[in-house]
Amino acid sequence: MEMVKLTIDGKPVEVEKDTTILKAAKTVGIEIPTLCFFELKDMKIENRPGGCRVCVVEVKGRRNLAPACTTAVAPGMEVFTHNIRVLNARRTVLELILSDHPAECLTCSKSGNCELQSLAQQLGVREIPFQGAQSTYRKDTSPAIIRDVDKCIMCRRCEMMCNEVQTVGALSAVNRGFMAVVAPAFEMNLEKSPCTYCGQCVSVCPTGALTEVDHSRNVINALADPTKTVVVQTAPAVRAALGEEFGLEPGTLVTGKLVAALRRLGFDYVFDTDFAADLTIMEEGSELLDRLTRYLKGLTSCCPGWVNFFEHNFPEMMDIPSSAKSPQQMFGPIAKEYFGKKLGIARENLIVVSIMPCLAKKYECQRDEFKVNGDPDVNYSISTRELAHLIKQSNIDFNSLPNEDFDNPLGESTGAAVIFGNTGGVIEAACRTAYELYTGKKLAKVEFDELRGMENIRHATLDFDGLPINIGIAHGLGNARKLLEDIRAGKNQFHAIEIMACPGGCIGGGGQPYHHGNSEILKKRAAAIYREDAGKPIRKSHENPFIIELYKEFLGKPLSERSHHLLHTHYFDKSASIFVEE
Amino acid sequence: MAKIKLSEKKLEELREVCKAYNNDKGEVINVLHKAQGIFGYLPAEVQEVIAKELNVSVAHVYGIVTFYSFFTMTPKGEHPISICLGTACYVRGAEKVLEEFKRVLNIQVGETTADGKFSLSCLRCVGACGLAPVVLVGEKVYGRVSPDGVKDIVAEYNS
Repeated sequence: MEMVKLTIDGKPVEVEKDTTILKAAKTVGIEIPTLCFFELKDMKIENRPGGCRVCVVEVKGRRNLAPACTTAVAPGMEVFTHNIRVLNARRTVLELILSDHPAECLTCSKSGNCELQSLAQQLGVREIPFQGAQSTYRKDTSPAIIRDVDKCIMCRRCEMMCNEVQTVGALSAVNRGFMAVVAPAFEMNLEKSPCTYCGQCVSVCPTGALTEVDHSRNVINALADPTKTVVVQTAPAVRAALGEEFGLEPGTLVTGKLVAALRRLGFDYVFDTDFAADLTIMEEGSELLDRLTRYLKGLTSCCPGWVNFFEHNFPEMMDIPSSAKSPQQMFGPIAKEYFGKKLGIARENLIVVSIMPCLAKKYECQRDEFKVNGDPDVNYSISTRELAHLIKQSNIDFNSLPNEDFDNPLGESTGAAVIFGNTGGVIEAACRTAYELYTGKKLAKVEFDELRGMENIRHATLDFDGLPINIGIAHGLGNARKLLEDIRAGKNQFHAIEIMACPGGCIGGGGQPYHHGNSEILKKRAAAIYREDAGKPIRKSHENPFIIELYKEFLGKPLSERSHHLLHTHYFDKSASIFVEE
Repeated sequence: MAKIKLSEKKLEELREVCKAYNNDKGEVINVLHKAQGIFGYLPAEVQEVIAKELNVSVAHVYGIVTFYSFFTMTPKGEHPISICLGTACYVRGAEKVLEEFKRVLNIQVGETTADGKFSLSCLRCVGACGLAPVVLVGEKVYGRVSPDGVKDIVAEYNS
C-alpha cells in the first residue's frame, strides 16, 4: 500500500493513500469535530456528504478551508486544525446551523444525547449572533417514529441509513434551499410510506429530528391503576445495553439489576421475553424440521422490521417466512390466555408491557391481527432508552441495585433464547433444537461458531449427522435484500435463513442506547449476549422445563391447533401503490 | 392527492423511454425530462412508474422532481404562458408584464387556472432580445409586450 507523509498541526503523520484528513488526524490523537459525518466501521457504513462544514481545516497553499471528512491526504500536505481562521470559520458554521434550530433543549427528548448540543458545548457557543427566519414544518407522528424536521440539520445520515444501508427508500431530501427537508415521497406521513420502523434513522440522527414515540407515560398510568395487573417482558438485547445509560462499560450484563429495577417500578410480574423466544424455537424449529428433508426454504420472522420489509418488497415470497409470531407477540397471548386465566385475571385487567431494543415492536404490537376484540396482546412496547428514563424518574439508583431473578413461570429461559439478540442467534438457537430432534442425538458442543460474527451476509453448512444443512444469515435490510435476490435468481439455496433488520441484530436496534457510530459498542454487546448464554445452566429451548410444562398443560405439542391459533400469524401484501391517497 | 388515471398509450410511451435509457438508476433526470414532455407534468402516478422501472425509491424520484424548478407536478394549461425574465426583457419591464398576467389570470407562477386553460411560468431568454419583453403562449412568440397588451393576448385564447 502506498503511504503518504504529511503534517497535521505540526505533527508528522504517515497514512495510507486516499485516507481522509479526518482519519489521518485521529491516528495522531487529533479529534477534529464533525457533525454530518457518521461511521459504523465494522458494518462498512459511512456517511460523509461534506455538507455541514464543521470539520473544516486549513491546508497550506489552498485558498479555501477544506472539509476534513472528504478531503484526502496528499504528500507534503500541511494541515492546521485549530488555528484562528479555522476556529472562527467552524464557530460561524455552527452558529449559522443553530440560527435555524429551535432553542428547545430543555424539553427536547434528545437533550443530553444530542450531537448538536454537545458540539455547541464543545465549541463554547454562548450566543447566536445570526437572527433570521426559521424553517418550520409539520410534525409527523407514526406508530413508532416521530419526525420533527424543524430540528433537522440536513446531515443526511437518516437518508443514508434508509436508502443505502436498509434499502427501504422511505426517506429522501426533497425541495431545495431553505425549503429543503428530509421526507417520504410526496411529503406524505411516514405511516403511508414504505417505512419498516426499523428505527435506524432514529439511531443515527444527531438531533431530536427523529425520535421514538414515547409510551412510558402509558406505562406509568397502568402501573398506577389499582384495577390492573401489569406484567413486563424484556427482550434479550436490553440486558446487554441498558447499563450504558447508567454509565457502565458497554457490554456489561445487567440482567439481575434490570429485574430488580422493574420490580421497584411496580410491575406485578417481571417476566422474560426469552421464555417466549424458547417458545418461538419450539414452533419455528419444528417448522424447520418439517422442511429439512424437502429443501424448502425457511425464513425467520421474529424481527418486525424485517416482516414489514418483506410485506412491502417481497410479497411474492410471503409463504417462505415462518408463520411463527415473534417472541414479543407469542408472549402476549400466553400471558393473557394462559397465565392470566390461571390466576383468574380478566383479559382487560391484564396489561402486558414489553421492553424492547426496537422501535418496530411499537408498531408490531398495534397490528390488528394481534388484538382480541380490540384488546392488544401486548399493550405497550417501550425501548431500552425509555426504560432508562423510567428508572431515572423513579428515583432508583440503578447501579446499587441487587441482582434479582425473573418471576416464574414466564421468566425461565435458556441460553438459546438469550442469543436471539445477536445476528445469527435465532438460527443458532433453532439449530440446537432442530439438530437434537432430527438426529435424536445430544449435541457435544452447543455453540455453532460458524453462524456467529459481524459479516454482513454469512453462509454456513452444518452437518446434521450426515445431512448437510445450508444456512444463510443477513443483518441490515439491504443485506437481506441482496440475500433474497440471490435466492430469487437461483444463485443460492438454503434450508434456513435468518434475517435481522438492524446492524448486529437486536443489540444494534433502533431503541437501544445511542452508540454514536462506535461499532465497538455493538461488538461488546454481542459478546455480552454470548457470555450470558454460556453462563446459563440450560442452553437448548426444548429443555426449558417451563416450556415443557406449558406444552403439557396447555398447548399440546408444537404446531398443534392451539399453537397455531395463539402463536402463529399471517402476512399481508403491502406492495401496492401506497403513496397516492384515494 | 386524488388518484388519476393515466392513458395506457402514454404509459407505454413512458416505459419505452425508460427502456431507451436501459432502465438505468442514473438516468432518472433524463427520464423525468422526457416524461414531462409526454404528460405535460409529473403527477405522482408517473413518478411511481418511473421509480418502479428504474428500480429506485419513489421518495428519491420525488426528491429530484422537487429539487429542479423545471419539473412540475401541476398540469400545464391548454395554453402555457411563459414570460421571459432574461436580462434584456427584465430591464424593459418584463416583471410588470408578469404581474399583469398574474392579476388577469388570478394565478401565481407555476399554477394553472381553474378551467385548465392557462398556466404561468417564467423562463430565461428565448434568444429574441430584440423583441424584449417577450412572452410565449404555447409556441407562439409575442414581442414588445406591455402590461396594457396582456388582456388582449389572453382574450385571443379565450374566445
